[in-house]
Amino acid sequence: MTQSDQYNFAYLDEQTKRMIRRALLKGLAIPGYQVPFASREMPMPYGWGTGGVQVSAACLTPEDTLKVIDQGADDTTNAVSIRKFFERTAGVATTEHTPDASLIQTRHRIPETPLTQDQILVYQVPIPEPLRFLEPRETETRKMHELQEYGLMHVRLYEDIAQHGHIATAYAYPVRVEGRYVMDPSPIPKFDNPKLGDCPAIQLFGAGREQRIYALPPYTQVVSLDFDDHPFDPSKADHDCALCGAADSYLDEVIVDDRGGRIFVCSDTDYCAGRRAETGGPE
Amino acid sequence: MQHATTLQGGFADAAPDAARAFRAAMTAMARPGTIVDMAGATPPAPLSVAAATLLLTLADRETPLHLAGRHDTPDLRAWLTFHTGAPLVAAADAMFALGDWAALQPLHGYAIGRADYPDRSATLIVECDDLSPDGAHLTGPGIKDSATLSLPEIAAFQANAALFPLGLDFFFTAGAQLAALPRTTKVRAA
Repeated sequence: MTQSDQYNFAYLDEQTKRMIRRALLKGLAIPGYQVPFASREMPMPYGWGTGGVQVSAACLTPEDTLKVIDQGADDTTNAVSIRKFFERTAGVATTEHTPDASLIQTRHRIPETPLTQDQILVYQVPIPEPLRFLEPRETETRKMHELQEYGLMHVRLYEDIAQHGHIATAYAYPVRVEGRYVMDPSPIPKFDNPKLGDCPAIQLFGAGREQRIYALPPYTQVVSLDFDDHPFDPSKADHDCALCGAADSYLDEVIVDDRGGRIFVCSDTDYCAGRRAETGGPE
Repeated sequence: MQHATTLQGGFADAAPDAARAFRAAMTAMARPGTIVDMAGATPPAPLSVAAATLLLTLADRETPLHLAGRHDTPDLRAWLTFHTGAPLVAAADAMFALGDWAALQPLHGYAIGRADYPDRSATLIVECDDLSPDGAHLTGPGIKDSATLSLPEIAAFQANAALFPLGLDFFFTAGAQLAALPRTTKVRAA
């Protein structure tokens, strides 16, 4: 598909892109701090990645190769429609292969294949404020970030331990960036949290409805919150992938019949397909 | 003919030129010490190609701009106003400031952000004679182990980093090259 000449390159007008670009630069200069930006209405509903799409639109160049994943998969509705959106409005090349991509927009996963310093990872974020479910008022959460008043978050994690015996938060697990801002890593499984820190790629986060942009420069220190006697545990399902046999990747549980049969398969479809192609396993 | 030079020198193809320039600027800001190529604009003297390209990429009617020292000329004012529309203001009101290192002083005259909105701080575009990957020793976010970059001085950037999460962010430009130093970078003499 070629670029439609009905739209400006990458859909957004230049004034909007400049505004987003300025927010991205301030975000990179203050890692983990949520920069307000004037989010635009996009031709897709809130919750479908409008923040990520605006960040991608501000970053894409004609030479880029774009990959879009939704929960690790390249072939789900959200991923396919965003990929088509940029094929039509920016005319960029697209790929499903992680190493071939220069910009990856993701909903709720970090690819299993390690990222490189030539890549940018753009996260779609629903609720950027990690303290929002503890304190609904923006005026108060802003003050809490200002004062580094993060005790409430530790109380929440402690209550998990008191009730369940372990920290039950399994996704959107809060992290502290460079010892300063507590940040919501978007609803990625906590299995992915260790990949946030010391990452060679630039990581950008866009929340469209909530009008926030934040960022992690490469090689930033990112620590998942925990306690000395309850250290962070990036757990996953206690299985190997039923398709490729990977023991080290994040798994989805899939129901395969109406008699309760179920298998665990890699959530990262490209990683799984790549491993099967290497070993000659099932297609 | 002054009018003609004012109208010329912008991006040939605004959207892709600005996109490439932004990616270079983002690479520089995300990886302090990295020197990137920055070209596309053809400004009147004494503005460098890199600084002009950066301003065309980031500045518009919403970004008050301060011109310091020898960069505050009628030609440059006219050129920047035509191509960006940025209001030209005093240092204290500026989101962007442009000039030589000496002309940009004193640094305490610029907005460093507020404790609740640290992003409301000025970005300084420092015109340099040249940029080279040697000199000050840099560590911090965006830097794998350490990096080196030619900086106009050391103490000012140490004082700026001490303000974190407040502080100024810097771009350094020379010819068609650009580097950056966010407030997070720890600087010491080599």
